[in-house]
Amino acid sequence: MKVFNLLVVGYGGQGVLSLAEIIERAALKEGFDVKGVELHGLVQRGGSLECHVRFGEKVFSPMVRKGGADLIIALEALEGLRACYYANKEKTILLTDKRILSPSPIEDISSEGLISQMEKFVKKVEVVEASKIVESLTGDIAMSNVFMLGYSIAKKLLPIKKEIAWESVAERIRPQFLETNKKVFEEAFRM
Amino acid sequence: MAKEILSEEGKNILLLGNEAIARGALEASVAVATTYPGTPASEIGDTFAEIAKDAGIYFEYSTNEKVAVEAAAGAAFCGLRSITSFKHFGLNVASDSVFPLAYLGVKAGMVIVVADDPNCWSSAQSEQDSRYFARIAHLPMLEPSDAQEAKDLTKAAFQLSEKFGIPFFIRTTTRVAHMRSIVKLGKIEKIEKKAKFEKDIKYRNFPPKILEVHEELHEKLKKIEKEGEKMCSIFNKNSKSKIGIVVSGVSFNYVLEALEELELKIPVLKISMTYPLPEKTIGKFISKLKEILVVEELEPIVEEEVKKIAKDFNPKLKIHGKNFLPFAGEYKPELVLKAIAKFAKKKIPKELIEEKFDPAKVEKRLMQLCAGCPHRTSFWSIKKALGLDKIVAGDIGCYMIGVHPPNNILDFVSCMGASIGISYGISKVGEKPIAFIGDSTFFHAGIPALINAVHNKGNLLLVILDNKTTAMTGHQPHPGVGFTGMGEETKALAIEDVVKACGVENVRVVNAYNIEEFIKTAKELYSLSGVSVIVAKGECRLQTVRKLARSGAKIPKFEFVEQPDEEKAKELEAFGCPAIRKKEGIFYIDKNLCWGCGACTQIFKGIKPKVEE
Repeated sequence: MKVFNLLVVGYGGQGVLSLAEIIERAALKEGFDVKGVELHGLVQRGGSLECHVRFGEKVFSPMVRKGGADLIIALEALEGLRACYYANKEKTILLTDKRILSPSPIEDISSEGLISQMEKFVKKVEVVEASKIVESLTGDIAMSNVFMLGYSIAKKLLPIKKEIAWESVAERIRPQFLETNKKVFEEAFRM
Repeated sequence: MAKEILSEEGKNILLLGNEAIARGALEASVAVATTYPGTPASEIGDTFAEIAKDAGIYFEYSTNEKVAVEAAAGAAFCGLRSITSFKHFGLNVASDSVFPLAYLGVKAGMVIVVADDPNCWSSAQSEQDSRYFARIAHLPMLEPSDAQEAKDLTKAAFQLSEKFGIPFFIRTTTRVAHMRSIVKLGKIEKIEKKAKFEKDIKYRNFPPKILEVHEELHEKLKKIEKEGEKMCSIFNKNSKSKIGIVVSGVSFNYVLEALEELELKIPVLKISMTYPLPEKTIGKFISKLKEILVVEELEPIVEEEVKKIAKDFNPKLKIHGKNFLPFAGEYKPELVLKAIAKFAKKKIPKELIEEKFDPAKVEKRLMQLCAGCPHRTSFWSIKKALGLDKIVAGDIGCYMIGVHPPNNILDFVSCMGASIGISYGISKVGEKPIAFIGDSTFFHAGIPALINAVHNKGNLLLVILDNKTTAMTGHQPHPGVGFTGMGEETKALAIEDVVKACGVENVRVVNAYNIEEFIKTAKELYSLSGVSVIVAKGECRLQTVRKLARSGAKIPKFEFVEQPDEEKAKELEAFGCPAIRKKEGIFYIDKNLCWGCGACTQIFKGIKPKVEE
């Protein structure tokens, strides 16, 4: 397979890093060469987080190049727009949660404007209210990342098999949270 | 999961560059590992912390990098292989202890890992290029380009270090340290060796012997250079092209990616040992070329040295580097692609020419203190007690975020411990400053500055933010917490006792979350002349929340039972807790962001604990 170029974005604390690592693990299980980069440390404190994941037959660069993204998974809409730096009008699919945490002022803003801006840069914006669905299922939004994983596989946006993705989730999540994660993951396939 | 790193030989697993370095050290039968945490190097130490007991090695978080190097050198003097790791600024702190090691030599292999941070993702001082240190210290340096090489070169560094009796540097950059890629594991060699310090004249390093050793050192480096020649790879070796590329580190990946996309088959020389540079291989590589491009982040170190080498091997060679690529910031694949396209006179993909997307138009997300962070109330209390006109110094830690709005409290941040030293300097010539320093940073570099301020009659108020961990780099322990990097219990040093022992008479311990008490104490202590200290105790909320979650306990939640008036609304906005939000003008607490510290209830009485249904 040609190299698949993925970005997983959001703000610090949303589980961006875990989602990227889960996909990397799954890609390895699929038999691909894999490289990715993540950011640690101070940037995680409520800042923008951008993880690159690339897999395919042979991967050199761990970073997606500008205009090179096949898929962007955004756990927050403003970060989804920011990631359009990597977008390509001819191929990029941007899967984004509707949730917005506006950096300033503390006043919430609506996602409608953001989504129409995204549409200018990508082939297709796919909006899913992951955090809302996950919150109604589990009581909070923490597992939105696992929902997004399931959803991107269900909609055939991510070339990874469902069973392999779940296997990687199970490796990466504490046993006491597995059952709820499974519920969230499966819900994504019912959409 | 962490134990995955101890998997058997032959397995392919995904590792971060930093984890791969730890694995490489294990495969080289390392016995002692030390560190002081610093991004992007932190996960090297953290990996050792998790596996040290299982792997049968010794690991410690040292008090600072200088001590970390000394502890590792002690082991290497006694014939046990050792590794120490830190970020680039850590090497600045450690350098006094690193430099003599080239002269003293080591009996067993010793590896010093230094992680640079192009783009300053997690660094607040400078975009330092630590490759210069190899040159001042006369210590060889290897540079991996991915996780596999991080493992393999670490192992090689141990072997060469022991063979030549000199410590080796491994230098990474953020994108190698935090790159996750596939690593084929080698065998973990466990050699049972007893430490033995053999008395040797070579450790008695005084003049005139130093001059002799200096001469020998250069001879040794010439021999090591020969090893470096073997560590080069040439891609597109049979190309007839008259142009070529010289590269090392992470940029190598971008170069190969760009050549593939541009369908270019030009020769590429990849160098793994960047000090001393393999002169013969470079000379041979450039001898048949007309032009080369050197691709290296930060300073033009390889470029300058290649220029010197070209004088002997190919004086007519045109050498490009920083004329095509920037000094500042990290290199990105598109940047390297554009430079190579320009160099090879190839067309650039059209989406890289039409710049439709303007990142500056997307509102920037500034880093902010977590919800419930005790630093927020510490900043708040000092501002309320002493006003906004005072000179306020910050130090290195999460509380650097105090420079950002809405905190807007720190006037300057320099380097580890400098909040105290520079504030003292200001107090000698100007008005009385307030300095903020974290607990781990205080132990690391604050103590000598505090003693100096007392001894030389400085005049300042120091606030030590004691959150019981090294939070910014991933919650590593420090001398004040009562357990070691191996997870063993140890004496917990009380910061207030250390401060008293430094000769400070006015020391108060406050609860960082108690705003009223904090304000009263700050007013009182600031009015006294001389050095006074507030130790503000409040555990890192992220740590508290994780503990609560692990124990299955619920995090308390809060809600607005009434809306604030205009004045209170402004206060709440200035307080800047990310969980306090507004929708269509109505304040609410985002329950997904609130970490239940309840500090906001002291600012606005209309916020109350939420009663769970």
